[in-house]
Amino acid sequence: MLMKGSFQHLSLRVYGAAAIVLCVIVLALFAPLIAPYGESQIVSGMWESPSRDYLLGTDSLGRDMLSRIIYGARNTGGIAVMATLLAFVFGVSSGFLSVVAGRVVDNIVGRIFDIVLSAPTLIVALFSLTMFGTGTLVLILVIGITEGARIYRVARATAIDIDVKDFVLVARLRGESVRYLILKELLPNAFVPLMAEFGLRFCFVLLFISTLSFLGLGLQPPTADWGSMVRDNADAIGFGIFTPLVPAAAIAALTISINVIMDWFVSNYGVARNEA
Amino acid sequence: MRRDGNRLPAGAPLLKVENLVITGRQGDVDKEIVSNATFRLAAGEVLGLIGESGAGKSTLGLASAGYTKNGCRIASGTVHYRDRALDMLPARQLQALYGDRISYVAQSAQASFNPAHRLLEQVIEPALAHGVCRRAEAITRAGQLFRDLGLPDIGLLGRRYPHEVSGGQLQRVMIAMALICDPDIVIFDEPTTALDMTTQIDVIAAIRQVIRGSGMAALYISHDLALVTQLADRVLVMRNGRIVEEGAVADVILAPTHAYTRMLVAARVHKKIRSDATGTVETGLAVRNVAVSYGNHRVVEDVSFNLPKGRTMAIIGESGSGKSSLARAIAGIVAPAHGKIRFGATDLAPRFQRRTPEQLRSIQMIFQSPDVSLNPKHSVGDVIGRPLEFYKGQKGAERDGNVRRLLEMIELDPSMIDRKVNDLSGGQKQRVCIARALAAEPELIICDEITSALDPLVAEGMIALLTDLQKRLALSYLFITHDFSSVEGLADEVIVMKGGTVVETGATEDVFNSSRDPYTRTLLSAVPRMELDWLDRVLKTRQLAQAG
Repeated sequence: MLMKGSFQHLSLRVYGAAAIVLCVIVLALFAPLIAPYGESQIVSGMWESPSRDYLLGTDSLGRDMLSRIIYGARNTGGIAVMATLLAFVFGVSSGFLSVVAGRVVDNIVGRIFDIVLSAPTLIVALFSLTMFGTGTLVLILVIGITEGARIYRVARATAIDIDVKDFVLVARLRGESVRYLILKELLPNAFVPLMAEFGLRFCFVLLFISTLSFLGLGLQPPTADWGSMVRDNADAIGFGIFTPLVPAAAIAALTISINVIMDWFVSNYGVARNEA
Repeated sequence: MRRDGNRLPAGAPLLKVENLVITGRQGDVDKEIVSNATFRLAAGEVLGLIGESGAGKSTLGLASAGYTKNGCRIASGTVHYRDRALDMLPARQLQALYGDRISYVAQSAQASFNPAHRLLEQVIEPALAHGVCRRAEAITRAGQLFRDLGLPDIGLLGRRYPHEVSGGQLQRVMIAMALICDPDIVIFDEPTTALDMTTQIDVIAAIRQVIRGSGMAALYISHDLALVTQLADRVLVMRNGRIVEEGAVADVILAPTHAYTRMLVAARVHKKIRSDATGTVETGLAVRNVAVSYGNHRVVEDVSFNLPKGRTMAIIGESGSGKSSLARAIAGIVAPAHGKIRFGATDLAPRFQRRTPEQLRSIQMIFQSPDVSLNPKHSVGDVIGRPLEFYKGQKGAERDGNVRRLLEMIELDPSMIDRKVNDLSGGQKQRVCIARALAAEPELIICDEITSALDPLVAEGMIALLTDLQKRLALSYLFITHDFSSVEGLADEVIVMKGGTVVETGATEDVFNSSRDPYTRTLLSAVPRMELDWLDRVLKTRQLAQAG
């Protein structure tokens, strides 16, 4: 009975988290339709209190905070999704290849990623953004590659665990190709741990983008982005105005929701697989 | 000892289990794992609990100590230890009993010891944790237990870490740990299943030695009736969560009443159903002076043999004998250090990567554990259909038709084609592995300990199936095993290996009936027999051998 109670409690949490994530996705997709004002439209004086016209008040330049949060979902969330996906495709494919294709490939790929990992991510990111400019594409590529190196490690470790199982040996003895081994034997069994990693990585990427924006190297003004919105309005805290807390809360809500969903996913599918 | 006066007189009721029902959560429904179990354990009595995997014997064994695994619970019924209802006792009071009054010996000692601590500390820990005695006294007692269990001196062995000790010794150290508080009840959960047969004899002899006359009661859980016969006073036979038979050991094995027990007793009697393949002897596999090394460590030394087409060769040895390494060399998984492997008319490349698809197809291998040799994400159709696709380019309905035909051949329902392999039982999984090998239409199948993870009756069925398939398809088998009894009815010839070298080869009957090699005889005698005094006779023979 105790189990049942905690199970229901859990699903309530998961529903809440899913609602938040869904909400962010909808906001991101239909930002121009939903937002009451334009992304960089100055509508009023700075740091106005919430009112019927401006539900969340206005920011340091007098732009509508709600509209900027909605556009921010599109910019920050969109880049985070793209960068994480890139990091995954990159990290997982090279990690699996390392395991399946033999020791020589493993050593070469492994050492390349060691070089990437040996430099602190923030330094690498700052350096490349300064060199190549602060465009969206550069941002996605830089984060995709540096985070990909971390995912490579996880993917490789996961693949090694599966690779020692006899069913992979059976497939190898049949003469199967590297492609078949990765797609049909390894990937389906690595799905759950990789999904868990995806949730975690997405949060790191989101926070990293926010960090870069906060430092002024992420998305450039007037593009709305949750990280830079915290920075732009940071001074307001000194006057007791809650405006900078709004984008901060948005970042926190999305990060926590994704973690809750991933926890639920792993505990359900991960455990079910082991018990069967 | 602190509680000497506390022990109940032999024969007094110690544990009383009544109408016990245990359920486990499967998905969203509670499933009955143990139904309506009632039994008693008297002080000083050894009760054997027999059943195949999934029969609920471990669940019942643990529940008689008031313990249920995660997800399981006692739905109804009572468990009384002395005057206490264990099923109602709060966790804290149960903890006070565990390790002290009631202790547990698990199947795998390797998995049960903490690898970061020395053995002595772990053995005396229960005594210190329960405040039974002081450290010095605990060490003295542990020393005495080590002597009784036939272990080396505690001063030497106690300083070691778990990985520095052999499996058989570690299992006995775990028994010492369970007995350190001089408990009323010890629950043995398949304590010898993970061991070699010759080691198994040492361990059960040690268990019998310490239990007899100590006044301890024991619950001995096992799938092996012959083994339990050597230890227990009474046995309970379980099947599908129910106790189907209960009685004194002699009564149960001499006059079993339930049909299942009768099958268990009969399972050990092997029929000779040999393929009488005389006539033309066409060479299939020829192994010439093969040696295998891992680094500088030589595990197989200069082995040669011929396996004619349509015949069966068994390679028998204990763990570490090099039998699996030899099989792996033949399959090309490891390259031999030297020597040649010839198949049909051609030499095989040392590693499978260099062999032709045709060569790969004609030699198939089946592994010990069906759980890890099938991809849990694949369906039965995926598994068996893949070799058909891969080697013959079959697709769609043609492939599915052939998969169904293969399922029939291995005596499974063709409608199982869409089932996920995880939904199958161990025996069904191993049959699917056989079907996957057959799908490639091989000439030789290497079977690496394929029955050792299976229950005796299921293993029996597997051997019968392989024999039948051999007759129909003219297959050759290379059968790797540690269990002499499993190949008696199957193999034409046997090779006995020890420490990487061949100690004996010969026709199966000759080796079984009149082997002169002492090691072969030790192995042969280590197969538990369904006889009351089997263990006594084996131990006596050993003493004589050592004396002479």
